[in-house]
Amino acid sequence: MKINKNMNLAEPLFGDLEKAPSRDGFGNALAELGEKDPDLWVVTADVSESTRTHLFQKKFPERFVQVGVAEQNMAGVAAGIASCGKTVFCSAYCVFSPGRNWDQIRVSVCYNDVPVKFHGSHSGLTVGPDGASHQALEDISLLRSLPNMIILSPADSEEARKVTNAVAGIPTPAYIRTSREKMPIFTTEKTPFEIGKANVLADGDDVAIFATGTQVYQSLLAAEELKKERISAAVVNVHTIKPIDEEVIVKYAKKTGLLVSVEEHQISGGLGSAVSEVLTSKHPARLIRHGMHDQFGESGSALGLLKKYNLDKDGIKSVIKDALGKR
Amino acid sequence: MRDKKQKINSVKKLKLIANMIRQDVVKMLRDAGSGHSAGSIGLADIFTALYFNVLYHDPRDPEWNERDRFVLSNGHVCPVLYAAMAEAGYFPKDELFTLRKVGTRLQGHPHRTSLPGIENSSGPLGQGLSIAAGMALVAKKEMKRWRVYAVMSDGEHNEGQTWEAAMFASKFRLGNLTVLIDRNNIQIDGYTEDVMPLEPFEEKYRAFGWHVIHVDGHNIKQIIDACEESKAIYERPTVIIAHTIPGKGIPFMESLTEWHGKPPTKEQAEKAIEILEMEKNSIEEEQ
Repeated sequence: MKINKNMNLAEPLFGDLEKAPSRDGFGNALAELGEKDPDLWVVTADVSESTRTHLFQKKFPERFVQVGVAEQNMAGVAAGIASCGKTVFCSAYCVFSPGRNWDQIRVSVCYNDVPVKFHGSHSGLTVGPDGASHQALEDISLLRSLPNMIILSPADSEEARKVTNAVAGIPTPAYIRTSREKMPIFTTEKTPFEIGKANVLADGDDVAIFATGTQVYQSLLAAEELKKERISAAVVNVHTIKPIDEEVIVKYAKKTGLLVSVEEHQISGGLGSAVSEVLTSKHPARLIRHGMHDQFGESGSALGLLKKYNLDKDGIKSVIKDALGKR
Repeated sequence: MRDKKQKINSVKKLKLIANMIRQDVVKMLRDAGSGHSAGSIGLADIFTALYFNVLYHDPRDPEWNERDRFVLSNGHVCPVLYAAMAEAGYFPKDELFTLRKVGTRLQGHPHRTSLPGIENSSGPLGQGLSIAAGMALVAKKEMKRWRVYAVMSDGEHNEGQTWEAAMFASKFRLGNLTVLIDRNNIQIDGYTEDVMPLEPFEEKYRAFGWHVIHVDGHNIKQIIDACEESKAIYERPTVIIAHTIPGKGIPFMESLTEWHGKPPTKEQAEKAIEILEMEKNSIEEEQ
């Protein structure tokens, strides 16, 4: 692994970094965007504090809409507001939105092609103690097949800030997936971000890890330790799941011949599937899809669950070593 | 600037337009070979009242900022919407006969970005009221003069989202929202009160904080008057329960559930047009 200096990652990258949940980056950005754009509205479904939209609410109560526990109505109301020339952020837990309002997202938002930006917080296993019912492991899959939809999965709070600013500036529907658990902020203000262009955080020759969300930093930690075992792993932060960056996938398919996708999501329908589709049609190469294997999660601490389901650095390391036949 | 209204007050003229719209719907569905006859024909009077008297709109400038917003929730009755729009001048009437055909702007269920003047894509039931309420909220918060009108079916009140939206409109005191419900008592599998009873329908809306008006959905004057009344109700949304007969005006279609989702054959269409021509003649003879 060779860290890509152009990414301007935090230093020391494997030191004691400041931590925050990625939902914070979203909430802070939204409150700032409200200042700049008087046509930005926010709709939420009884989870304003935990999705951090209360920060916007405090500053712009007139443009903040509380719909109660009603995600289907939330999506429809947001579509109505957006069709009047507004940009609307629509915030709830990802298990409920898109989990419960997929048809409304499909028809009222995507088929209408109005700028509603869904924010799904509390994604993945790291929701922790609340257990499987509240751990969204299918949301990317649900949305990836919808025309006009863009899907973003920031790796930390700082990237969530950039993602939020970026989607506010585009005229299409979008989905931002964030997490509840405090995680190291390893990117910086100077780390580049462009929708649809994956960030190669570290180069490598033996294997390329394509990770998203909380799994990006875990993958960096894994790659750093693999270095000691003479395994050279590239780490790519796929912050945009749709449209997927085909170029970088093909590049590493050619270079390493072995790719590993890592996500807090089912291995079917999410990042792994997206990478696999590119490989199949553009440059066939071996891909190990790592994530949740057609199973539900369970209660436990966030880090305890990542460990149990092999989604911490040690788990990722072992998957890679298996793939390389080096165990 | 609210002078763009295409307002016809003569009931006789409006009745003739409704007759024309019915004839167009019959012909469109005949040519399309599929589609929903009974609901579309039963709504001809309501759409005539809206597009030729109630709505502030401009067919030559469909995106006019100050227009009233019209949301159709039960998209399957769109033949009547298209016929009313063509009659009002949004597009040439010839285009009506492209309904449901490859490359058409007149999709089998309305598509917002295909045809100027369509405010919302619809089809899956129960979504329209939420969209209409979102629009009305913007108009209210920004003190716009335009209003929001929505047409819904009775059957789609089986969908929970409808009631989420009904609560929402009441919470935000959307006095600028007028909803017309096509109370034709029929849905695909039979009579609404057999499939999933809606009664006491009026009481449900009242309990949700709405102003409720009943009208004969084939009496254009009553429909217009009810819409006018709704404008005078502040701080509460209005629902107009319009009692209609599906297939109204074509006796062999009236009130039969089998006509919910099928088009007339060539022979049936010919017969229907004949009946409607007779109705037209008798309207013309009215004083």
